[in-house]
Amino acid sequence: MYDTLRDRLRQQLPTSLVTVVDGPMPGRKLLVTPDEVLGGLGDPDLDRIAARDALAELEAGRSGIRHYGPQGQTTPEDLLDAPTLTVFVESWAPPPQMWIFGAVDFTAALSRVGKVLGYRVIVCDAREVFATRRRFPAADEVVVSWPSALFDQRGAQLGSRDAVCILTHDPKFDVPAIQGALATRVGYIGVMGSRTTHERRTARLRDVGVTDDELDRLMSPIGLDLGARTPEETAISICAEIIARRTGRPATPLRVAHGPIHG
Amino acid sequence: MRELFDDIDRWRGEGRRVALARVVDILGSGPREPGAAMAVNDVGEVAGSVSGGCVEGAVVTEALGLLQGERGPGIVTFGYSDDEAFAVGLTCGGTIRLFLEPLDW
Repeated sequence: MYDTLRDRLRQQLPTSLVTVVDGPMPGRKLLVTPDEVLGGLGDPDLDRIAARDALAELEAGRSGIRHYGPQGQTTPEDLLDAPTLTVFVESWAPPPQMWIFGAVDFTAALSRVGKVLGYRVIVCDAREVFATRRRFPAADEVVVSWPSALFDQRGAQLGSRDAVCILTHDPKFDVPAIQGALATRVGYIGVMGSRTTHERRTARLRDVGVTDDELDRLMSPIGLDLGARTPEETAISICAEIIARRTGRPATPLRVAHGPIHG
Repeated sequence: MRELFDDIDRWRGEGRRVALARVVDILGSGPREPGAAMAVNDVGEVAGSVSGGCVEGAVVTEALGLLQGERGPGIVTFGYSDDEAFAVGLTCGGTIRLFLEPLDW
């Protein structure tokens, strides 16, 4: 089973490994993928229920502990008289995606920092002379295309773990890219520009029918207020904002904040 | 886990036996997420990590004990908020549970 796990993870295929960590046979395993289930935990009903739960965890990219009865019982009443089994469900979902629009210097820096954070980075610009692999060696993909075409083709892939960063600050590209992103379930949409650019852009977006609720999804101007100046500093400020949005934290210094640091 | 494969494959190619420790649960403050993993071979070579360096030494001791048949696979708990915890703690005050097993699957 190890060889299958290793080969799947090297190919970044979605995979979940369920391991009995406490119970009669610690170490028993179930390897769960969208296509097949390998191994066994010691009971066919338990396997069926654990595999179902593992697929749901995989979809969300979550790993954690679960408890079952010997035949996969999950409700507290069923578990009262039955010895429980503790399993660890470990999920390896494909990496989250970061789509960056605009083939500018900020994009080169952001694609590098995005890679450090484990994103699959896609750079998109309609201008063939700028959107080249040579200028963005860190990106996984450089796409020469209008934003709307990319969203039409692949927008359905985007989910809550993914990010769209629009760095063009040119209304010709900004507006269709923002509209494309708003039509997806992407978790983060950030749009670069000065306060003046932001005001003008907001007006233009309202003109094309973007609602207040939709505008509320936009992190515009993009990034945390770190005083970032260089492309690299700006990339850190953007990525820090993406992390804070995902975790729901206010991004204040820990020394002025209270409560636990993790969790 | 992914970052361990090269070392694990090399060790297994050399005929070494390997133990795997994975973080399965964290209570309170903890430096690594569930899934953080560390592999130890039967001559005490190590790949990966499961904390910020606080408990790795103790994990090696447990892993070698497992490979020498002195203990079976199971949960190992570190952190001083737990009565059954090992003497080694996490400086951040949390509790971390690892699952330790032989990589024989």
